[in-house]
Amino acid sequence: MSAMSDTALQAAPASKARGYWATVARRIRRDKVSMACAVILLLIFASALLAPWLHLADPYQGSMIRRLRHIGTPGYPLGTDELGRDMLARLIYGGRLSLVIGILPVVLAFIIGTSLGLIAGYVGGKLNTAIMRTVDVFYAFPSVLLAIAISGALGAGITNSIVSLTIVFVPQITRVAESVTTGVRNMDFVEAARASGAGPFTIMRVHMLGNVLGPIFVYATGLISVSMILAAGLSFLGLGTKPPEPEWGLMLNTLRTAIYVNPWVAALPGAMIFAVSICFNLLSDGMRSAMDIRN
Amino acid sequence: MRATFSHKGRRKKEHNVLAYTSRRIVYVIPIVLSVALVCFLLVHITPGDPLVAVLPADASQELAAQLRSAYGFDRPLPVQFGLWLWRAIHGDLGNSIATGRPVLSEVMRAVGNTVMLAIAAAMIGFTLGLLFGLIAGYFRDTWVDKVATSIAIAGVSLPHYWLGMVLVIIFSVQLNWLPAVGAGPGGSGAWAWDWEHLRYLVLPAITTSVIPMGIVTRTVRALTGDILSQDFVEALRAKGLRETEVFRHVIKNAAPTALAVMGLQLGYMLGGSILIETVFSWPGSGLLLNSAIFQRDLPLLQGTILVLALFFVLLNLLVDIAQAAIDPRIKRS
Repeated sequence: MSAMSDTALQAAPASKARGYWATVARRIRRDKVSMACAVILLLIFASALLAPWLHLADPYQGSMIRRLRHIGTPGYPLGTDELGRDMLARLIYGGRLSLVIGILPVVLAFIIGTSLGLIAGYVGGKLNTAIMRTVDVFYAFPSVLLAIAISGALGAGITNSIVSLTIVFVPQITRVAESVTTGVRNMDFVEAARASGAGPFTIMRVHMLGNVLGPIFVYATGLISVSMILAAGLSFLGLGTKPPEPEWGLMLNTLRTAIYVNPWVAALPGAMIFAVSICFNLLSDGMRSAMDIRN
Repeated sequence: MRATFSHKGRRKKEHNVLAYTSRRIVYVIPIVLSVALVCFLLVHITPGDPLVAVLPADASQELAAQLRSAYGFDRPLPVQFGLWLWRAIHGDLGNSIATGRPVLSEVMRAVGNTVMLAIAAAMIGFTLGLLFGLIAGYFRDTWVDKVATSIAIAGVSLPHYWLGMVLVIIFSVQLNWLPAVGAGPGGSGAWAWDWEHLRYLVLPAITTSVIPMGIVTRTVRALTGDILSQDFVEALRAKGLRETEVFRHVIKNAAPTALAVMGLQLGYMLGGSILIETVFSWPGSGLLLNSAIFQRDLPLLQGTILVLALFFVLLNLLVDIAQAAIDPRIKRS
């Protein structure tokens, strides 16, 4: 038996000797689509972060005499909006708020949902029933409706929109975390840890977290795509941030009046939301297939 | 196989489905009650006094107190919930603060338009989704698959309200083929099944259909791929079945899951129509919800959300039962 496994080890290709995560990382680096998405996202993030140092026009400074200039106007590469403000500057500055309100809810829901799911899946019994039945209640609402219901009841504002989206995503992540945890809980290595005297908290933190985090992380990355669309959608309805703040969803809303005058400038903020959303979706798909080592 | 299916066996199967159905209905009761509780509590997480919306600015303390007790806001919360639930069961969701009309009739009138939009969108989205998904799954890893997968992923990543705007720009502003907003010529409320009215439905329906199209494509593609890689398909081919026959088996095996996904998507279209209805001024439940939010019309907000959520729960229930009825493999535990 031992001789056989020895030969098996020696015969194994070099790549098998790498750790799991190193293999996954290598596979993602080889995936052209994922890498292209990562580069696009990095560019959008970096420009939003470094906006004040990019020598852009003032995103708040409008002018009545240069309203709704077309794309390609000298001095205004992406035209101007309905109040004569530079679109390029507003799109780049708009990324700051749009990315925060789109991503933060998923990050918060990731932390809360993973904790809840891990506890529900590991402890099981009545606690599992209590947590998962509560989660079921939120599943009885379509997510757009739930986000708008909570956001509409709380009133307009950035904080309220982040809170409402977090509430929408926590049940979804909890469900994924619970099902992954239940799958891992009964594996031999967890039993071994328990037999060697590890407490439930240590088992969850040391032995299980690393094994359940991967799939939940991939799921959450895909959720960012939904969250970007919903967060900008709340602003689009007037439930998020307030003018004159640059934010993609709100810009799309205020530019709606301009579609008869300068339609393609009016469509620009939506293109930004679409770009971020599709990149996160493709990245999530890429990670999922990279982590599925069996293929 | 079918010939040996005994009468007794079939009766037992029916009995199973019936038992599953009744268990599923019992299970739905606590969900419905919790949904009602969430809708009820929505009004109580709102900052400020819900009465502000109806009170004139110079209202006396007396009038305020009178209205407070008329709306029942002065009682303890559990009592309020009990009374509210009791009236809701009897079809009384209160009156809209803005218009004074009963919430239920306002909601039901608007829901009809949303159902029409959702069904039109479902016909487009599900047909394309099934077609793309089957083709992509059958010709996996070919260029056809890549095209279909790209369309699907674009569909699920599109901010649909933006797509609506872009379609309006192309087909209303530039080409002037289709109307940009509304649900009929001259803004009249009456609907008729002629082209004059149907042209108003085209752009909102296409916009709504994009997300379900993407999700159905992805689901059906994955299902088809999984089924084709199973041993029984190999056996069918070895038996000499033509590819069209093999394809029929694939569809039969994919149907229950695809049906469940489509049912859920129909529910999302009904409940999540607010953004699209706002873009197109489509007079459905979403537009009603929008005006309820911005006029701070809390009974209307509460009632619309309750009705839409109940529709969603009911639809899920029907899908589960249909799935159990057509798929003998469902674990009826």
